[in-house]
Amino acid sequence: MRPILMKGHERPLTFLKYNRDGDLLFSCAKDHTPTVWFADNGERLGTYRGHNGAVWTCDVSRDSMRLITGSADQTVKLWNVETGAQLYSFNFDSPARSVDFSVGDKLAVITTDPFMELTSAIHVKRIARDPSQQTAESVLVIKGPQGRINRAIWGPLNRTIISAGEDAIVRIWDSETGKLLKESDKETGHKKTVTSLSKAADGSHFVTGSLDKSAKLWDSRTLTLIKTYLTERPVNAVTMSPLLDHVVLGGGQDASHVTTTDHRAGKFEAKFYDKILQEEIGGVKGHFGPINALAFNPDGKSFSSGGEDGYVRLHHFDPDYFNVKI
Amino acid sequence: MAEVISMEDIRATASTLEIDVSNIDFDSIRLPPGEDFGITSDDDDLHEEDPLEYDSGFGNIIVVDNLPVVPREKFEKLEGVVRKIYSQIGVIKEDGLWMPVDSDTQKTLGYCFIEYNTPQEAELAREKTNGYKLDRAHIFAVNMFDDFDRFMKVPDEWAPPETKPYTPGENLQHWLTDEKARDQFVIRAGSDTEVLWNDARHLKPEPVYKRAYWTESFVQWSPLGTYLATVHRQGAAVWGGATAFNRLMRYAHPQVKLIDFSPGEKYLVTYSSHEPSNPRDTHRVVLNVFDVRTGKVMRDFKGSMDEFSVGGAGGVSGVSWPVFRWGGGKEDKYFARIGKNVISVYETETFSLIDKKSLKVENVMDLSWSPADPILALFVPELGGGNQPARVSLVQIPSKEELRQKNLFSVSDCKMYWQSNGDYLAVKVDRYTKTKKSTYTGFELFRIKERDIPIEVLELENKNDKIIAFAWEPKGHRFAVIHGDSPRPDVSFYSMRSGSNTGRVSKLTTLKGKQANALFWSPAGRYIILAGLKGFNGQLEFYNVDELETMATAEHFMATDIEWDPTGRYVATSVTSVHEMENGFNIWSFNGKLLYRILKDHFFQFLWRPRPPSFLSPEKEEEIAKNLKKYSKKYEAEDQDVSMLLSEQDREKRKMLKDEWERWVNDWKRWHEEEKAERQRLRDGEASDEEEEYEAKEVEVEELLDVSEEVLSFDLDQE
Repeated sequence: MRPILMKGHERPLTFLKYNRDGDLLFSCAKDHTPTVWFADNGERLGTYRGHNGAVWTCDVSRDSMRLITGSADQTVKLWNVETGAQLYSFNFDSPARSVDFSVGDKLAVITTDPFMELTSAIHVKRIARDPSQQTAESVLVIKGPQGRINRAIWGPLNRTIISAGEDAIVRIWDSETGKLLKESDKETGHKKTVTSLSKAADGSHFVTGSLDKSAKLWDSRTLTLIKTYLTERPVNAVTMSPLLDHVVLGGGQDASHVTTTDHRAGKFEAKFYDKILQEEIGGVKGHFGPINALAFNPDGKSFSSGGEDGYVRLHHFDPDYFNVKI
Repeated sequence: MAEVISMEDIRATASTLEIDVSNIDFDSIRLPPGEDFGITSDDDDLHEEDPLEYDSGFGNIIVVDNLPVVPREKFEKLEGVVRKIYSQIGVIKEDGLWMPVDSDTQKTLGYCFIEYNTPQEAELAREKTNGYKLDRAHIFAVNMFDDFDRFMKVPDEWAPPETKPYTPGENLQHWLTDEKARDQFVIRAGSDTEVLWNDARHLKPEPVYKRAYWTESFVQWSPLGTYLATVHRQGAAVWGGATAFNRLMRYAHPQVKLIDFSPGEKYLVTYSSHEPSNPRDTHRVVLNVFDVRTGKVMRDFKGSMDEFSVGGAGGVSGVSWPVFRWGGGKEDKYFARIGKNVISVYETETFSLIDKKSLKVENVMDLSWSPADPILALFVPELGGGNQPARVSLVQIPSKEELRQKNLFSVSDCKMYWQSNGDYLAVKVDRYTKTKKSTYTGFELFRIKERDIPIEVLELENKNDKIIAFAWEPKGHRFAVIHGDSPRPDVSFYSMRSGSNTGRVSKLTTLKGKQANALFWSPAGRYIILAGLKGFNGQLEFYNVDELETMATAEHFMATDIEWDPTGRYVATSVTSVHEMENGFNIWSFNGKLLYRILKDHFFQFLWRPRPPSFLSPEKEEEIAKNLKKYSKKYEAEDQDVSMLLSEQDREKRKMLKDEWERWVNDWKRWHEEEKAERQRLRDGEASDEEEEYEAKEVEVEELLDVSEEVLSFDLDQE
């Protein structure tokens, strides 16, 4: 089907997130306002105003009541999804890069960038049911990895935290003690910055995308490398279909080179791979800049991509897609 | 291999030393030189490379003997004289001139040592001043310091050389015996150089040999494919063998830049140019001709850049390579070099000039050998403002007899193209128009094998068309020309024979408006690729010249290079690292079907391994071509089998992968089930755990907005 073009952001997209029911789509961009859309027809529902810098990530609670956003203005904010009211603001001393609610939405993991003298860090915050009781104190702070941590998510049963970033190593930490439990192998792991990390619907495995032009699939429990998907462009975003065994990679050359080369050289397609066979099976063209964000609707029947070009493209699959046999 | 120290160990050690490992930037730590703390580096094959030239470190010192013996008062004057002589040749190091003095007599000893900055300067100084006459009694004897050592070591008594027992060498032609008749190619990407089989049946390359840092600049096959040559700082080397690539021979030539094999791969020419020590001088050029098999220097040539950069386009940037053009077919009998008003032809029997003298040709610009016979084609431009016409002449070697000559008027430039069998020579002539403001192009076609070498003039229908490319059909009688204006030029095909008359050139067809700027004939003839490289982004058209039809059009985006395999069955198109993106190569069938593509970052070179000429006689080849059906049956059956096997293997592999995944998922599910209760607790007892199994229900909600009662009056009694 023809994709729906959603033009609401003025700057490059950074992150996309569907709620659990799959009826809402949250988008973050380098302009300062996260936006919520109807996931079905791409109609804009509203914006969350209050950030004063690029918004890097967001997450939405299971009941679609709360939205958490992390921004370069050194704050992480909690919002009422329905009213757009800001409920709370966590203040940090450096830009917040990633946020993720735990199972049960009682905790959130937040990563902050290295900034001035500060090193990067992973913070765990308790999220109060009642926003008036919310406090800023951290349950746990983990420091250690060199460079930026681009993404940190919760492992199974909130027992672990999985992080990856500029040092190309995927790590699993104990979420109670902050101890490093596992590290990806240098030989088989990524060779360059890991740009994105996306969990499977059931949390059993996750896929990482890296500037080394590959994406890798890992076991969330053991950090065993299960699959590798090789492509020909730096990978900025990855996601997995909850319905079929498909992995989608998005990326492309650096924005700074875009104007100097032919549009065909850019590789701005979203590439579909067979999750098990690791073979490329198709692509969706459209963006005229690198893809920065990808998200699958939880029903697996549509997906959206956000680009450096400032557009969100919402794709509903044709019926053929579900009958593809290879 | 080095012992691997795990991060754990480092941490453990650090904690005992009370160091916080996370605060240490390991890259900033410098070990003291020569100290490895017991950890051996694992890149030791780097050091294994030959420490050829500079082992003693005195290569830049010369010893000047036969100096006058002078008393103390004259010491400084003598030193001044010597310094003056030797600083003209190169830069003498600070304190690099040492003249020893006899402590008893306070007189000099009649010799001195001079240290230059580089061994090249020292070598040059030795060459130039050995035998220099200071005055009648003092003729300099100059030697390299290192030579003393070497000559001292020569034993006084002659010992018969040991006869080494004969060891049979490897079969260097082993790759030709591949039972599937596949071809090999070499690729260079990043630091790795790799030789692979082109396994077109399996649609993938099969590795043969791989080595990191195999060469320091580029690799090159010898013309018959026997050797692979690599280029290093110390010189060149050739590799080959039956199974692996072993080093067969090394050719010492410091700072070698370019290499060139003779067509029969008997000789290797190496070239280097050296910065002059005196900035006013031109670069010094050193050329060596090696015997490939023995590694012996057969002849060396040295001189200034000026002497070697004659002809061609003025040679401002350097020499036009190859400096020596090999001729006389595969026997490697002659090689020629162009000089100022002179052509030097050498023969390889004695490695000296034929008849001991060069061929005098006033103002010669270009020369070109026939690929098959010892015939030289020369081009001399117009002289004296048009008083003396330009000419192209054919000269027989070794008799130096002029076979044919053609005078040409108002010529701006000429280019010579030989057909691969040496049957025809096409000369592209650019002439000035009457106004001298623009040029137009025509061709002079020589039929070398016919009596008296008839010449035919060919002009394009539109005389003003610019010629973009020209190419002969290998072993054939046809040629292709791209002409016209750049965005959409035309491509024309001509034959040296016409229907009834074999002695007349005729046009076969013209294809209008093609996106092409380069021509690539199949080495077997008949097929040609019209390619649009560079500005045209890699447009490819596979054309059959026998049937005059296009077989396929395709695109290899950004392609920079195209090369046919030596049999004409496959074509490789590649994007080398001149572009940042898309680096890698595609393999196509001769008719334009993409077989497979490989992407490699920092892709530098793709080269098919050449094959030596076939041993089949032309009659036999014709016979095979006639009865192709009979021969091909066997191979078709084989192909069928392979493709069956392939799909079978593919299916199996997929099944295996699927099963493996299935197992993994089941394992996971078991765990997941066990943790169900735990998860529920985390969610405050919310039961719906089945994230996957939610369903959309359509719910109708009726809402009562308002209820109002109104009494309507009816007139009931209507009667």
